[in-house]
Amino acid sequence: MTDTAVESRPPTRPAGPAAPPLRPQNRQFAVLAVLVLLAVPLPLILPPAQGAVAVRILIFLIMAVGWNIMSGFGGMFSFGHAAYFGLGAYTSAYLLVEHGVSPWVGMAAGMVVAAAVAMVIGYFSFRYDLKGAYFALATFAFAEMLRLITTSSDAVNGAVGYQVPLIQGSSVGQLQFPAGSPAYFWIALVLAGGAVALSILFRHSAAGRYVVAIRDDELAAASVGAPVMRHKLLTVALSGAITAVAGAFYTQYYLFIDPQLAFGSSVSIEAIVTAVIGGIGTIWGPVVGAVIVGSLSDVTATLLATPPEFLSFLQGRSGLDVILYAVMLILIVRLMPKGIFGTLAEKVAERRRR
Amino acid sequence: MTATIDSDAPETRAPSATVAVLKRAGVVGALVAVAIAVALIQSGSGIVVWQSVVTGLLTGGLYGLIAMGLTLIFGVLDIVNFAHGAMLAVAMFLSFGVVAVTGLHPYLTMLVTVPALFLVGALVHRGLLSGAGGATLENQLLITLGLSLLLENGLLLFLGAEPKNVTLPGETHLDVFGAVVSGSRLYAFLGAVALGLVLYWMLQHTRLGTAIRAVASNSPGAELVGINVRRIHTLTFAIGAACAGAAAALAVPLLSVTPTLGEQFNITAFVVVVLGGMGNVVGALVGGLLIGLVEQLTTIYLDGQSSLLGVFVVFVLVLFLRPQGLFGRRT
Repeated sequence: MTDTAVESRPPTRPAGPAAPPLRPQNRQFAVLAVLVLLAVPLPLILPPAQGAVAVRILIFLIMAVGWNIMSGFGGMFSFGHAAYFGLGAYTSAYLLVEHGVSPWVGMAAGMVVAAAVAMVIGYFSFRYDLKGAYFALATFAFAEMLRLITTSSDAVNGAVGYQVPLIQGSSVGQLQFPAGSPAYFWIALVLAGGAVALSILFRHSAAGRYVVAIRDDELAAASVGAPVMRHKLLTVALSGAITAVAGAFYTQYYLFIDPQLAFGSSVSIEAIVTAVIGGIGTIWGPVVGAVIVGSLSDVTATLLATPPEFLSFLQGRSGLDVILYAVMLILIVRLMPKGIFGTLAEKVAERRRR
Repeated sequence: MTATIDSDAPETRAPSATVAVLKRAGVVGALVAVAIAVALIQSGSGIVVWQSVVTGLLTGGLYGLIAMGLTLIFGVLDIVNFAHGAMLAVAMFLSFGVVAVTGLHPYLTMLVTVPALFLVGALVHRGLLSGAGGATLENQLLITLGLSLLLENGLLLFLGAEPKNVTLPGETHLDVFGAVVSGSRLYAFLGAVALGLVLYWMLQHTRLGTAIRAVASNSPGAELVGINVRRIHTLTFAIGAACAGAAAALAVPLLSVTPTLGEQFNITAFVVVVLGGMGNVVGALVGGLLIGLVEQLTTIYLDGQSSLLGVFVVFVLVLFLRPQGLFGRRT
């Protein structure tokens, strides 16, 4: 879809004395490396409040990358990514609080659990051929079931949720630092960079190419021998695992998780909106979307705390950030369905071709 | 004959279709009977189960009422309207506002909410969903999702989160063979049945209804015989939204009005739509009753679990095993 348009630049560009053009994935890795390097000094430059926004942007970024793999590349429109986010959050919180297991191990365990659950949900959905709206509704139903079950299960503290036990000082092994420490940002940066790198790798792997082909025409892909079920399951598992990382890190950063924060439908919606605003089915769309959506609530919070004259009646109200991204979502779907990054990339590619 | 909008069965096949529907209704009835019997054994108290059944059916009528508009839109336009619950919330606030300002009887606010929501529906369809931008399923999901966020948070931003209540003048409590039922719940149920009949009659016996069914079953064919498909789509969406308006006026004495009340009904309404078969108005009513029962029985079976859990279990089973709904046919 979108990124094929970007990458299908003919390889027969005028071959000057310059080095041959990089393969698309190498170019994308290079861009990623530059972005990560540029982001490293951010927490030292930004004031503490903005540092928190930066971390939130990275959490959104990981979620959106996860969603994009399944729904953007794979075309399987998920409305229930809260399930995987929540499983990541709850697995690591449960292991940490009840058994004292390091959050890193918990994060890995959460990835495994989320991937397994994604494969089970995926298997049944594909087996019974749920498509389009039905698939979206089914994923939504599973996320809601997990929310209801955790809310009423005493084994995971029910509606109260988990509070991460505080430790003295900072510890990389326990993934805990004093509030406002730049270490949180750097760890999130590594995780987010890893997620984007995985999504680049996946997009250009055999499995990724198969999945995009299956998305574009399942019947045709199956008829030339693409193992449809296997590749779809691989895709949902990867997507679930990446989203679980965001959940596990979220718990460690905010030191608290409850069923609504973990499995609430707003989590699924945030993942969707972020990826769609940036550009669905592109590598960089989730990155662009995360920067916009992640910083929006901070901007509106500041605006509503000290509103200008004509907005004074809104002082102390909430909801403005969601309104803004809802409007953005509708406008983008109507006017530039490839998202901000997808549309810009297409424009650039067009200009180059001329 | 089935009441499915996109029923394209020729008249000659009608008897066998009727038999199939009756058979399935029998199976569903038997399942319900078993479920009630199990609940009886579990709780050991007849009156508790009876109260649950009555409450379940009456609440289910409300679910059916809300789902009717959704199923109409789903069946004719193939649009999953995620904003249906938010539209319901808007209509509820409208109803509350009219009662608060004019002191009108809550049910009479229908005179305001139905035309208002009809207009909203028409505008939403024309402005956001028709044309190329609203063509693919993903786009429709995303646009209605965005709209739902916009409406809900608009209500939150401008009207605040405090719940608002409307009381029915002359509210009474009735005794139905030992079960206590509030008057407003019973009236909402009766209103749901009446609205279902009106919609069914409209679809089966008016020119507009015939055109809607034609568009639902084959829109290029409908276009060929001179039906303005885009106009029918807009009208159907508007009628679907107007159903939410009617439901809001009937339900407003029963619920606390909050900006997010649509969320919970959205979920149940989708379950009801899938259960009843999409586009099937009568199916929506029956599905609503069943879901109302499931909710109440869940609280008996699984002590301490949310009543919604049973609803989702039924939903997933229906999605996997009978995605065409209880009364639909496999296409």
